Amino acid sequence: MFIGQVVGTVVSTMKDEKVCDLRLQIVRQLDENNEARGGYVVAADAIGAGHGDLVLYAQGSSARQTELTDGRPIDAAIFAVVDSWDVDGKVVYQKEGLESIGVEPAEV
Amino acid sequence: MKLARVIGTVVTPVQHKAFDGQRLLAVRPIEPDGTDAADRMFVAIDRVDAGVGDTVLLMAEGSSTRDLLGMGEVPIRCSIVGVIDEIEVAGETLYGPE
Amino acid sequence: MYLARVIGRVVATHKLEGLVGQKLLLVRPLDEQGDVQGPAVVACDVVHSGLGDIVHVADGKEAAMALDDSFVPVDATIVGHVEQFAHDGQFAHDDEAAS
Repeated sequence: MFIGQVVGTVVSTMKDEKVCDLRLQIVRQLDENNEARGGYVVAADAIGAGHGDLVLYAQGSSARQTELTDGRPIDAAIFAVVDSWDVDGKVVYQKEGLESIGVEPAEV
Repeated sequence: MKLARVIGTVVTPVQHKAFDGQRLLAVRPIEPDGTDAADRMFVAIDRVDAGVGDTVLLMAEGSSTRDLLGMGEVPIRCSIVGVIDEIEVAGETLYGPE
Repeated sequence: MYLARVIGRVVATHKLEGLVGQKLLLVRPLDEQGDVQGPAVVACDVVHSGLGDIVHVADGKEAAMALDDSFVPVDATIVGHVEQFAHDGQFAHDDEAAS
């Protein structure tokens, strides 16, 4: 799985009926330092992520292992919204608003 | 399947139970002429008693490996399924007994 | 399946039901020299790994099969701790020698 940011939505009127009711998001790929890796993927949104959210997405046949994407022609699926992550003990990203309710990065 | 060379052994004392009793080797995909392929290193379970330095057949695909193991739904994707004796391309032996 | 080093941890409270309670770690895949190879990957963990550990990662659909609920969109799971990696090149890892 990789980290990415939802930067847009894909609207497509002509598509396979199996993907008709799926919400397809454009996800910008991020590296562990929260910088763009230079690529984008179109991913089915299995949890209702919002514009700008940092998310986790799975690729390949794993992406079809949700109730929403099972048996459908999907090769990337968003399955979580990221609250925070740390690298070598240092917080790289923390979602806005979490500091105020006292969510501290725990020890690995 | 990929052509690969065994480059090392991997010891994992703490592991998922599906790997109990399995031998893990590090392998590197190669071209038929023996040079390193533009591919990453794989960790694979050894089904054929391969050794470091051997040229082998690497199955780097999950459902085939699971069919081979017959263990059902296990988190094992890569396996070494053969030790290669000879590679011949267009009538020329690129790898084989001296 | 590949070797990697644990470099961090990811927290995500809003996620699919089948993944609730699942620990998510950031790992960097390693090549035979111990150098970083490709981008960092988010992986589930079933063997209680810690920061800095050298681990064995299962990828693809098989990654989900290491979990109790295997019908989840998981494509990387840490399935083993590497104690020793013997190799004829420079990168060799030995937990016992290091401690």
